[in-house]
Amino acid sequence: MLVLVLDTSTPAVTAALADVTPTGHTVLAELRTVDGRAHGELMAPEIDEVLRKSDATVRDLAAIVAGTGPGPFTGLRVGLVTAASMGQVLGIPTYGVCSLDAIGGVPGQVTLAATDARRREVYWAVYDQSGARIEGPHVDVPDAVAHQAMVAVGDGALKYADRLGVKVLDEPRYPVVDAFVRLAAERIRAGAPSEPLTPLYLRRPDAVAAGGHKPVLQ
Amino acid sequence: MTDEPLVLGIETSCDETGVGIVRGTTLLADALASSVDLHARFGGVVPEVASRAHLEAMVPTMQRALDEAGVTLADIDAIAVTSGPGLAGALLVGVAAAKGYAVAAEKPIYGVNHLAAHVAVDTLEHGPLPKPAIALLVSGGHSSLLLVDDLAGGVVPLGSTIDDAAGEAFDKVARLLGMPFPGGPPIDRAARDGQATIAFPRGLTAAKDQAAHRFDFSFSGLKTAVARWVEARERSGEPVPVNDVAASFQDAVCDVLTAKAIAACRQHGVDTLVIGGGVAANSRLRAMAEERAAKVGITVRVPRPKLCTDNGAMVAALGSHLVAAGVRPSRLDLPADSAMPLTLVSV
Ligand SMILES: [Zn+2]
Repeated sequence: MLVLVLDTSTPAVTAALADVTPTGHTVLAELRTVDGRAHGELMAPEIDEVLRKSDATVRDLAAIVAGTGPGPFTGLRVGLVTAASMGQVLGIPTYGVCSLDAIGGVPGQVTLAATDARRREVYWAVYDQSGARIEGPHVDVPDAVAHQAMVAVGDGALKYADRLGVKVLDEPRYPVVDAFVRLAAERIRAGAPSEPLTPLYLRRPDAVAAGGHKPVLQ
Repeated sequence: MTDEPLVLGIETSCDETGVGIVRGTTLLADALASSVDLHARFGGVVPEVASRAHLEAMVPTMQRALDEAGVTLADIDAIAVTSGPGLAGALLVGVAAAKGYAVAAEKPIYGVNHLAAHVAVDTLEHGPLPKPAIALLVSGGHSSLLLVDDLAGGVVPLGSTIDDAAGEAFDKVARLLGMPFPGGPPIDRAARDGQATIAFPRGLTAAKDQAAHRFDFSFSGLKTAVARWVEARERSGEPVPVNDVAASFQDAVCDVLTAKAIAACRQHGVDTLVIGGGVAANSRLRAMAEERAAKVGITVRVPRPKLCTDNGAMVAALGSHLVAAGVRPSRLDLPADSAMPLTLVSV
C-alpha cells in the first residue's frame, strides 16, 4: 500500500512515499528542505516530486500520514491542511502521528526529544528504553525540561545543548520518515478509520481581551 | 452554456473560511464558516485564532460547497485561492489547502488577489463589468479606490487609507459607544434613529490634500474627534446622544468615501462605480452613493451583502474570469503574500 508522509512541524519540510506491506514497510522516496519560513511554498512541489520519483500518481495512494506537531503553528498547519485536503479529494484515510515520536527514543536509553519552539522554548517529550513516550509532549524553557533523560536528540536539544546537562546526539535532528510510517503502520494495514488531524498546539493564541477605551483628552 | 469553466474558489484572508463554486458567472455554491464570534471579546480579529479556525473549517466548508453545487472536485476545471493581501497565517491555511486539493484532484491552481476578487464578485450578480470601471472597496481590512480596466489584465490603485480602514473606524467608534464588534451593523442601526448634527472632520478633503492624497482616505483623525467629543460630553455630565454621534460619524465616513469615489469616476471618465467589502452593506453608504451618482449620470453597482463581505464565491468569480481570459495558472510554489500588491491580479 502506497502511503504519503507529510511533516511540517520543524524547519525540515518533509514529504515522502512509503510502501506498507502486511509484514513491513519501505521508504521509497523522501524529500526534505530545511527552511523554517517557506513551508507553504515547499510542501506541494515536494509531494509532486516524490510521486514523480516513484513513478506513482496521487491515485495510487492508500493513506496519508501527517505529523501533528507540536511545532510552530503557521508551518505546522501547512502539512496538516495539505494532508486533510488531499485525503478528502482522494477518499483515503489520514492518520496523525506526534512529530516528537518520530524523532523518538534512542534504543536502550531514556531519551529527551526536543524541537525548537522559538521564543527561547522547546517542544519536548521523554522516551523510555523501549522507545515508549513517558512524558510530554510539553513546551517549556530548556532549563525546565525533564532531567531523567540519559541522552537528548532533536534540533531543540542541539540548539540548547549547553543548558540540558545531558549528552546531545547530532541525529536524528528532525522527525524521521521511517518512524512516521512505523508508528502508523498498524492503522494503515488494518484500514483504521480516518482521523481528524488536530495540531498539538500546546500554547494558547496570543490575544488579550479588549479593555476599556483609552481616553484621548489630557 | 456548460462549456463555461467550473471554478472553485477558496478564501481565508481574514476571519471567514469561504468556498465558492461558479460556472462562468453563475454562482452554484457559496459555503462560509466565520470565526467572528471568537474575536468579539478581543475587539478585533486575532490572527492566530482565525488561523486555527480556518484549519478546522476547511474540509467541512469544502464539503458543503461541493454538496450545494452538486459537483465533485473531479468535475472542477480550476481551483482559485486568495494568495493575498491579508493575514499571513490565515492566508497560508487556504493556500496550502488549495494546493492539496489541486495536487490530489490534478487541477490547475490560480493564486489570486483578494481585492480584485471583491470587484469580480459583482459579475455574478450584475454581469460583465464595463471597461473601465471604478471600484470602491471598504471593509475592516481595506479602504481602496481602484481603476479597473480588465480584471484579468490590470487594476490600477488610485488611493487607499493612509491609516485606519473604514471598517476599523466603525469598530473603534462602536467600542467607544459601548456597541459590540463588529461595529458596522450596530452603528448603522443606531444612526437610523439619530441626526447627523455634529460636524466631524472629513479626512484628506482639504485643498492642500488634493495634490498628494486626492483619492486617499484617513479615518484616524475622525475616530479621535469622535472620542474627544464623547469624552467632553461625559466630563460635562451631559448624556451622550449615542444615535446622533453614530449618525454624524457614519455621515462623515460615507461623505468622504462617496465624494472621492465619484470624483475618481469623473476624472477618469468612468460611468460605473462598483462598491464592495463589508462596509458596502452600510445603508447610508449605499444611499449616499446612489443619490450622488445619479446626479452625474453614474451607475452604482453593489452586490448583495453576503457577496460584499469576504467569501469564496468572489475568489471563484475572479478565477473563472482568469480561466476564460486564458491567463496561465500559478505554479505550485505560489506563496501566501500578506502584502500582495494590486498590480498582481494573480501570481
Ligand atoms: Zn475583503
